[in-house]
Parts: sequence; structure tokens; C-alpha cells
Amino acid sequence: MKKFAAKFIQALLAMDRIEAQQILARMKPEDNALECVDKMILPALEEIGRQWEQGKVPLAQVYMSGRICEELVDQFLPPASPLRTDQPSMAIAILEDFHTLGKAIVYSVLRARGIELVDFGTVDVDTLVNKTIEGKVKILLISVLMLSSARHIKEVCQRLKQNNPRIKVIVGGAPFRFDDQLWISVGADAVGKNTTEALRATRQMMEELS
Amino acid sequence: MTKPAMTSLQRVLTSLGHQEADRVPFFLLLTMHGARELGLSIKDYFSQAENVAEGQLRMRAKYGHDCYYPFFYAPVEIEAWGGEVIYHDDGPPNTGRPFLADPARIKQLHVPDVASTPCLKKVTRAIEIIKKQMPDEAPIIGVVMSPFSLPVMQMGFPAYLNLMFEQPELFWQLMQINEDFCVAWANAQLAAGATAICYFDPVSSPTIISKSDYQKMGREIARCTVARINGPTATHLASGRCLPIIDDLATTGTAVIGVSNLESLAEIKGACRGRLSILGNLNGIEMARWTPEQTTQKVREAIAAAGEGGGFILSDSHGEIPWQVSDDILKNISEAVHLWGQYPLRTEL
Repeated sequence: MKKFAAKFIQALLAMDRIEAQQILARMKPEDNALECVDKMILPALEEIGRQWEQGKVPLAQVYMSGRICEELVDQFLPPASPLRTDQPSMAIAILEDFHTLGKAIVYSVLRARGIELVDFGTVDVDTLVNKTIEGKVKILLISVLMLSSARHIKEVCQRLKQNNPRIKVIVGGAPFRFDDQLWISVGADAVGKNTTEALRATRQMMEELS
Repeated sequence: MTKPAMTSLQRVLTSLGHQEADRVPFFLLLTMHGARELGLSIKDYFSQAENVAEGQLRMRAKYGHDCYYPFFYAPVEIEAWGGEVIYHDDGPPNTGRPFLADPARIKQLHVPDVASTPCLKKVTRAIEIIKKQMPDEAPIIGVVMSPFSLPVMQMGFPAYLNLMFEQPELFWQLMQINEDFCVAWANAQLAAGATAICYFDPVSSPTIISKSDYQKMGREIARCTVARINGPTATHLASGRCLPIIDDLATTGTAVIGVSNLESLAEIKGACRGRLSILGNLNGIEMARWTPEQTTQKVREAIAAAGEGGGFILSDSHGEIPWQVSDDILKNISEAVHLWGQYPLRTEL
């Protein structure tokens, strides 16, 4: 198993879809969907995320690995699978920005874990608050690039928590990587400085809401 | 004993020659703060070259830093290609929806004519005004996005990475088009009076792509582009890491690298010594909430790590100080450099 896992990571870092698919096929994912995700895909993505945090793997590989895993998982765990739908309603958005890479990475990694979430795309504060309330979203992930947008999350959190004190907001993006107190000052429930943290925070929030 | 005072230009050139000047030079890379000086909204401020020139002149008079930085905003180049710019009241103008999301459109893409593009003419006009008023007193820094990094705004990052790794032919076609634009735009700023060009290339950082991919793409593109720019260049990785590619960066023809607070300044200095000068690396995001004591401490630490022997310009790590950084903090930085940056350096921390 360890040998397969190392080879799977290697294939992902080399952006070799075919090799990654062949390694995964040995686990018979169609019969053991969640086990395959938990034992092979998730640890691989976590390891790649950890290596990025340490400066050993570049963001391009993190993105491409997430995309490949998302495609692979979609083949044996389609979006409508009951294994995906039995979870709190979740959404992801970028606040005031068209730089979508961070959101795309987290979205792929969460979907590769079998978590289904709505993608609100690029939105302003009012749109984000309205869509979240209308969609009865319980866990909201917000990605930003600029410090000004990060600070606007404070208003988003205040308005959403006024409407539903139990809603969970997870934030991520460059400003939060460079200031480790910023997520607290904007009133978020958690920060995901990398894919591993974002995934961990999402699972923790899911448990808290279950 | 302190050294005789120099002009900013002399100070910067001495440091770039890997010698100790009278004090450590420092660049406050301020773009939006000029609007605050003039009592204008950010959008109104950038609507006229005269505003930006006046803002730059006033800010340097106020903080005593060692450059003019008439850089408007990153998507000014996207505007030149017909893309959208979105203004904010409390942050830099940002690029709108990518205009080149469909890679098939690369085949129909034409290089904008720099001389007749209004948004670019505003920038060159601002440079001309500063140059006329303060000739050769302090360097005027022009800015270009590298051909390799511009597609992040042209296409959006995910689409660009897909292009880079899955459609190499179209990728190289885009690089050639972008290189021609980058060279024309850099040379127009130099002709207007810019002293040097800051070549922003964050995608080349090992934070974003692997060293081997950089060697195949970003480095080769930089070598070709920098060689065609008619003046000195500084390569800025905009908060990205640089240590693994310093040897490669040194072969691109650049004289300076803008470095991140994610890496040790002392280690970077050791790797660059005598080959490249360093620009950096105060944390601009954290800076917004620094106390005066923290500010002084951060400045002292940076100077202690990289000041000795020259080859160092103190600056932020991103190439643009956020709007949220207050006037008081900027003054604190300036005071700390003037106190702790005098050569020969005081060694105690």
C-alpha cells in the first residue's frame, strides 16, 4: 500500500493522469469508493499540500494534482452519489477578485474527498451574503487575494452570523498566509492557509454541525 | 564616523555596486497612498498622470525614501489589451474577468501599440513630469509584468496553468506576443525618463512552478526579454520564494531581485553576494498593524541581516504597500532606516 501511495504521489507531481489512474485502479475504487479516497487520494493530496507549505512543491503541481484527483474521483463517486450528498450544505466563493487559483485548488481537493459544494464564483459582499442565506449554506469557504478584500470578510461574517449564528466561515488566500492573526480579526471560524488546513477545517466544521 | 551624505541616486547606485553608501537605501513602493495625499479617490487619482506625478513627489518629500515609483496598478497592461479594470475604494485596482479565457483566441491576438494606448500614455506622462521636476536626484522605477506572468491576468491562473502544461505550442505563441509587448512597454518607460525597470515575474518563483519548469520557461523568456530592454532591470517575485533559483536568476541579466519574507534575508544575501542586489523584505500585510516598536525592530532586523557590504535596498516583500498601512507606520519605517541604516552599521540588535 505504501509503495502504491508513493507511486501515486509521484504520478500526480509528474502530472501523469494515466499512471495515476492505473495505480488507483488496483484499489478497485468502484467497490470501495470512500476507502479509496481516504486511504489513497486524501493522504496524497495532504502530502503534496504539506510539501508546498515547506516550499518543496510549487503551486502549479498542487493545482494540477488536485484537478487530476477530482477527475478520477468523479469517475467512481459522481456528484449525485448519496455518499456525497449526506453532508451540510456548503459553498465556496472568491470575494471581489478574478484570481481564481486558490479557490480552484481547494474546490478540487474537497471534491476529490467526496465533499460536494456549490461554487458561487467571484462575488461582492452583498451578493455573497444574499446567496449564502438563500442557499441555506451551513459552511462557507471564502478565498481572497487582496488585503482590502480580506478585511471586507468582517462584514460578511457579521451579517451571516446575525442571520444564522451557527454558520461556519472558513477563510483562505494570500493575506492570511502573511498575517496569522488576520482570520481572527475578520471574525472567521477557521483559516485554511493551504489545502491540508482547508480540508481539515472543513471536516472539523462538518463534525461540529452533525 | 558617518559618511558624507549622498543623493538618493548616488546611494542606490553605490549599493547596487555592492559597496556601502552613506546609509542603507530604502524604497517605499507606494502606489495608492498618493491618492490620500491629494485627497482624491483611488479611481480619480489614477485618472490623470499629473495626480500620480504629484503624489509621488509629495510622498518622497514626506518620507525621504530613495525612489519614485510611478507604477499605476498591475492591470494597466490588461487595460492596454482591452481588458477590464475594477476599482476599489480601499485597495489597488484589480483585473476584471480574464479577456483571454479561451486559449484559441491567442492566434488572433495582436500586440497593443504602446505609443497610442491612452492608459499607458498616462504612465509615461507621469514619468516625464517627475523626470522634468527632479532630474537625476532619485531613481524613477518603471514597471512591467513579465511575458511569463502576464497571462495570469490575461487568462486567469487555472486556464494559464492548463495552457502551460497541456498546450505548449499555443503557450510559446503567447510568450512571443507578450515578450514583444513587454519590451516595447519597458523601453517606452525608459525613453520617458525611467531609470530602471522592475520586471515583475511571480510565476517564475519556486512558490508557483518547479525549478525545472522555470529553467525551461521563465528563465529563457527572461533572458530574451531582459536582453532587449534598453536599461537596467530588477526582477521582482512579488512575495514568492527565490532561493532555489538564485543561480538561474543571476544569468538572466537582471541586477536586483525583489525577495519575500518567507525566506531568510541573511541566507538570500549569502547566496546573492556580489552577483545580485536584494530588494526586500518587510511583510507588507503584517505591516498594517505594526506598532512603532515592532516597526523599528523589523527594520533593524532586515538591515542587520542584509545591509553589510551594500547590495541591499530595504523595501516591502511584495512590490506594493497596502492602502491599509498608515502614514505613521511609513514615517516609523523612514525614521528607523535613518537611525539604524547609517554606514558603518551598528551591530547590536
